[in-house]
Amino acid sequence: MLPKGLFYHLGQYYMLMGKVFAKPEKHKLFYKQFVKEVSALGLSSLGIIAIISLFMGAVITIQTAYNTENPLLPPYLIGLAARDSILLEFSSTMIALILAGKVGSSIASELGTMRVTEQIDALEIMGVNSAGYLILPKITAAMAFNPFLCLVSMTVGIFGGWLVGTAVGVITTEQYIIGIQYAFEPYYITYSVIKTIVFAFIITSISAYYGYNVEGGSLEVGRSSTRAVVYSSVVILLFNLILTQLLLS
Amino acid sequence: MIQLKNVYKSFGDRTILNDISVTFEKGKTNLIIGQSGSGKTVLLKSIVGLLEIDSGDIIYGDTNFTTSDFLTKKEIRKQIGMLFQGGALFDSSTVEENVGFPLDMFTDMTDEEKLERVNFCLKRVRLENANHLFPSEISGGMKKRVAIARAIALQPKYLFCDEPNSGLDPMTSIIIDNLIKEITEEYEITTIVNTHDMNSVMEIGDKVVFIYKGNKSWEGSKDDIFHSDNETLNDFVFASPLGKKIKSLVRSA
Repeated sequence: MLPKGLFYHLGQYYMLMGKVFAKPEKHKLFYKQFVKEVSALGLSSLGIIAIISLFMGAVITIQTAYNTENPLLPPYLIGLAARDSILLEFSSTMIALILAGKVGSSIASELGTMRVTEQIDALEIMGVNSAGYLILPKITAAMAFNPFLCLVSMTVGIFGGWLVGTAVGVITTEQYIIGIQYAFEPYYITYSVIKTIVFAFIITSISAYYGYNVEGGSLEVGRSSTRAVVYSSVVILLFNLILTQLLLS
Repeated sequence: MIQLKNVYKSFGDRTILNDISVTFEKGKTNLIIGQSGSGKTVLLKSIVGLLEIDSGDIIYGDTNFTTSDFLTKKEIRKQIGMLFQGGALFDSSTVEENVGFPLDMFTDMTDEEKLERVNFCLKRVRLENANHLFPSEISGGMKKRVAIARAIALQPKYLFCDEPNSGLDPMTSIIIDNLIKEITEEYEITTIVNTHDMNSVMEIGDKVVFIYKGNKSWEGSKDDIFHSDNETLNDFVFASPLGKKIKSLVRSA
């Protein structure tokens, strides 16, 4: 049953993406929707991303300090480890998983509600490509804006590490700055941004797929929202592995 | 005019529509009536192309919709206005944006022209000064009127209404019924209304098609209903004691 279900959903997903990436009927309306989605999916996530990044940066710094309590290890290693953890994994993968919960469930429930209240049918009857009109702006907005969220997360995370690390006395400002500059590899940022763009596509397209194809009532909308978060998260983890192997090996 | 020729539709082993052939005339309010689960909604959704039929033909004017290519179907759909059971208004848009949506999507009108058309449509459904309200801020009857205004924004040739009176009080139902009839006659459009509201049948039913267990059981005008010997139709239409009394009075007269 599992392979049949898997292939059925893959086929449906690719067919939906075919409709999504058809040429927009009116570019003016597409841009209007795009701006709306940047605000709804991107800007509204800025606060939560900043808060989580600040605390995670702080926790990573304290944990690294605790694990490197050895006079043979230079203190600036704390800053270096915090920087690499944030740049390589936290600001792309962890933030993507958080966004899968916040943005993914929002997309699935919005489209699911539109489906069960016949708003999508209304678009189709008017002759509008509903998938293109509703989903394409979400995918493009997330792919365009999430790299910015990733950069914000990196900055705030490293700042949080310094703030709490110096406040609790596990590292000095000088040592922390030396640590975050030591053996810095700018490619890590590129790597993280590439992953973020791919993850943005995964979150929005999978969530849209589950929301757009809801059948039934409000209970099904809730279920589709849960499925959207679960499958987006699993696919993110899978692609994290693939991209890491491709981009860092 | 819309013609249905030998339309069949099934879901798995269950046949929902069984050899339906009927003609819906232009400038008239055509009603599809039947019990819940008789196949009315499936029939309506099949006519507008939301569901694909298994066999048969659905013909809009001179064009066979069933065998048409994607672009032809799209062009026909632009001539269709539809009023859904719940209104199907876009929640995140105001009344004005809802009515103006087809104009935004399919015309190159200026903002002033669009606003003028939107206000005209809202005035036509007697809903002025509601432009900036959201669907959640208006009543069920108002939602239906906004949906009608949206449906007529592009001056459609065909109007479909799925249970337009569901959830409405009798007074508001009459207003919506009359509005549908007026618009049908005014714009000379082909209107198909899916209902099981007997008041609607008596009020606006120029032509009535009775669907029973997926079959076309009867068709005629609203006046013909009183003289029909079709048992299933009589059981359905005159189910209430009041209905039976009315029928006996009409027959005796």
